Amino acid sequence: MEFAIASGVGVLVASGIYLLLRARTFDVILGLTLLSYATNLLIFSSGRAVVGKPPVLHAGVDPTLANYADPLPQALVLTAIVIAFAMTAVTVVVAMRNHADLHSDHVDGHEPETPGPKRDGDVQA
Amino acid sequence: MMQHLVLAPIVLPLLTGAILLLLERRHDVRVLRVGAWIGLALLLAVSVALLAQAARGDITVYLLGDWPSRLGIVLMLDRLNALMVLTTTLLAIPALMYACAGWDRRALHFHALFQIQLMGLNGAFLTGDIFNLFVFFEVMLIASYGLLLSGARGERISAGMHYVVFNIAASTLFLIALGLVYGMFGTLNMAELAMRIREVAPEDVALARATCGLLLVVFCAKAAMLPMYLWLPETYARAPAAVAALFTIMTKVGLYAVLRTGTLLFGEGAGAFAGFARDTLLVFGMVTMLLGGLGVVGALRLRISAAYLVLLSSGTLFVAFALAQPGTIAAGLYYLPHSCFAAAAMFLIAHIVQRERGHVGDRVLPAAPPMPRLTGLLYLLVAISAVGLPPLSGFIGKFLLLAAVPPEDTGWVYAAVLGSGLLALVGLSRTGTRLFWRTTEIDDEVDGGDGDAPAAAPPPPAQDAPKVRGLEIAATLVLIGYGVAMTVAAAPILRYTSAAATQLLSPDDYVRDVRGTTPQIREP
Repeated sequence: MEFAIASGVGVLVASGIYLLLRARTFDVILGLTLLSYATNLLIFSSGRAVVGKPPVLHAGVDPTLANYADPLPQALVLTAIVIAFAMTAVTVVVAMRNHADLHSDHVDGHEPETPGPKRDGDVQA
Repeated sequence: MMQHLVLAPIVLPLLTGAILLLLERRHDVRVLRVGAWIGLALLLAVSVALLAQAARGDITVYLLGDWPSRLGIVLMLDRLNALMVLTTTLLAIPALMYACAGWDRRALHFHALFQIQLMGLNGAFLTGDIFNLFVFFEVMLIASYGLLLSGARGERISAGMHYVVFNIAASTLFLIALGLVYGMFGTLNMAELAMRIREVAPEDVALARATCGLLLVVFCAKAAMLPMYLWLPETYARAPAAVAALFTIMTKVGLYAVLRTGTLLFGEGAGAFAGFARDTLLVFGMVTMLLGGLGVVGALRLRISAAYLVLLSSGTLFVAFALAQPGTIAAGLYYLPHSCFAAAAMFLIAHIVQRERGHVGDRVLPAAPPMPRLTGLLYLLVAISAVGLPPLSGFIGKFLLLAAVPPEDTGWVYAAVLGSGLLALVGLSRTGTRLFWRTTEIDDEVDGGDGDAPAAAPPPPAQDAPKVRGLEIAATLVLIGYGVAMTVAAAPILRYTSAAATQLLSPDDYVRDVRGTTPQIREP
């Protein structure tokens, strides 16, 4: 199971970074989402991979990690998911505005081979 | 009651922000301004009270929900935190003044976002737990996206896109580091971490080093260290002036985290981790400084040079904190508020200049119309302070830093600090000369180069330029006033920062206080 989780995290991170580097807003958003999935899996597994054990205490069972799943990473993952979700929403809005204003889905606002709109600092002295 | 005061810098802006959000549907912006100022006044009172409490030298630990520190969330207050919270509040006052001169009418939800940003900043400074550091980083960043992008068009959106994506990627890296930290050490509380990092098994040292390294990379990215600074100049230069002024403290959050982890986790008693990454931080800090100086020289717009001044101060602080001597940390903590105020004042002046010059904006070009004397005078004062010339506070900070550098490091550090200072001096003098002295028309500039005398009888400023309001000048004057006050009151401030440095360099007291604080009602 450790191998499956580790390779899952690895594949997600690799795909996420590839998409991030594509420099298209939609791909970048997908890449960030994949990265956040990978992170969530990683945090989840930081409490060690266990199967069939509850994270909540039961009467009559010793309160040690041998009998329970670690509840803290699950709480952390929940926080991380919420934050990543909000951040994705923000990025989508910014990307849509970017596209609407600059008519390009490149993250720089213009294609690399074409010169961008005239910058403020470019005036000749 | 007093024990709950530590919570106030977080709860107060949150409540103010929430109330302002409710009010803004029905009420005029003037009502919002009154609300925002009441919130800020209360926050100032709380910050001063906390500073007075911390100045007594004891570390206050606040257990949220009364859970023991190893299980629950702790807030804590020592001299460093109290100083940072007060700096944030002091910086927020002129930023809000400047925004009240008109920007807050144009930007949606400005006042609510401003308060939430303050909450994130204060929370990041006060928390004693790495995961909450992450959460407050995010609160701060979400508010900053809103402040940066509300009302934005075109170029600013494109700069905002870079800023948002970069910060989300850095936050993801932060989470990865946190996952590894929890997997390695089984805790996210900084005091517990400081204990457990000393007991790392030899076979785990490599993995633990990678984990801590990742954490530091994230903090350095937030503080705009050398390879990871590219987002900063464009973003800060395109942010609205009031927002850019507040943003100058955001890079300091990363520096605060570096200092906190550097002294607490990687202090002298940390075994295999004593002095972890200090040499690397020192080298990169020096290069960042020089790069900041070069950026000031090469900037084509005044705002870009202000952004590079932020970078320069980040580099200086990295050097001060990486040397980890009591003297350098004390000098760094004196320099930190000063550099925030100076850079913020520069952003405000850049905006004033931009509007007074009409279509030329804040480009560094010799062009009409001539500027009012007052603006030139303000620029001169801020430039002196930012570069670190006597008599203002920048000089004291840099001088103390140089005086405290240990003898074996003097060569490189002196060269970097003085060299970057010289570059910034050259850059800002050139900018000032072109903006304020050579104010003839561009067409007459063919002879160029011989630095004309100040225009003898300047014609009145162009009528089409929007008028600069008194409140905006006043905001800049407040920032300069802070610098003067820091110069006049240098001795008490330095006593405080020296005590803060001593407190930081004895992490054992901190660990003992956090672990020794027990729940009052709950049975552990």
